[in-house]
Amino acid sequence: VTVAVVTFPGSNCDRDCVWAMSVCAAAPVSKAWHKDDTLPIGTTAVLLPGGFSYGDYLRCGAMAARSPIMADVKRFADAGGAVLGICNGFQILCEAGLLPGALLRNHDARFHCKVVGLQVQGNSPLLAGYNRDELIDLPIAHGEGRYHADDATLDELERDNRIAFRYLQRLPSGDAVVNGARRGIAGIVGGRARNIIGLMPHPERRSHEDLGGDDGLPLLQAVAEHGLARGMA
Amino acid sequence: MRARVTIRLKPGVLDPQGEAVERGLSSLGLPGAARVRVGKVIEMDLPDGSEATLRKVASEWLANPVIEDATVEVLT
Repeated sequence: VTVAVVTFPGSNCDRDCVWAMSVCAAAPVSKAWHKDDTLPIGTTAVLLPGGFSYGDYLRCGAMAARSPIMADVKRFADAGGAVLGICNGFQILCEAGLLPGALLRNHDARFHCKVVGLQVQGNSPLLAGYNRDELIDLPIAHGEGRYHADDATLDELERDNRIAFRYLQRLPSGDAVVNGARRGIAGIVGGRARNIIGLMPHPERRSHEDLGGDDGLPLLQAVAEHGLARGMA
Repeated sequence: MRARVTIRLKPGVLDPQGEAVERGLSSLGLPGAARVRVGKVIEMDLPDGSEATLRKVASEWLANPVIEDATVEVLT
């Protein structure tokens, strides 16, 4: 009965995620390695952390998406298990085809590291800890966070309530001011049971009052509790 | 065989790297530079007969079909 945090070569938020999940969300945590063929026995949720897996070679997340552990992450997700991808983890989920779209270099070609305002919007059991349209602050730290998908995919995401988080500050075009993400998308919901979320901001970096706030904690808690609610324990 | 895969951002996908290079070209004596796009070239040796598989892998992985197009050339 554990949340599996997957470490890829180049992950650098895996220890933060282990800390936030275990200390702040009070969830048992196990660690998985990218070369493992299977997730740890008793895994009830999977967390793909931020970082620069495989040095961002080819494209962000492209190498990690084809690493051995991802076959089992896909099986786990297809069976309805909760999967959360943060930052590079979001990029990996898109490259693996578990979420639609892709993440491109920020529109101003700069790396942005700061706290941003977000609106929680989507429909997913993993967002149950937030009120609809709740405004929260989370830190971002990325150079390639410009969410991109074609218009048909974006329309479908909106229609189906699968836009989980939007940046509050938007350009007249609707794109995010901070990175140019189409329609201001910071995170999306995927999976048949709405059991997958990918987002560029870092909930684990704002999961305790000592970190300046705990706006990210409800997401981590919902991910940790998802497997229990499904009777996987 | 020797093969070359050229990867380009799809038309219409914003290329901030291309825009930065465009400004660089302007400051280096090419003020007319426009519509600059930056891509990737990947060259490799492969066993003969690999072309069909390469085309598949190039369009599915070497290029991300959401944002990029790949062209494959067999050089020798």
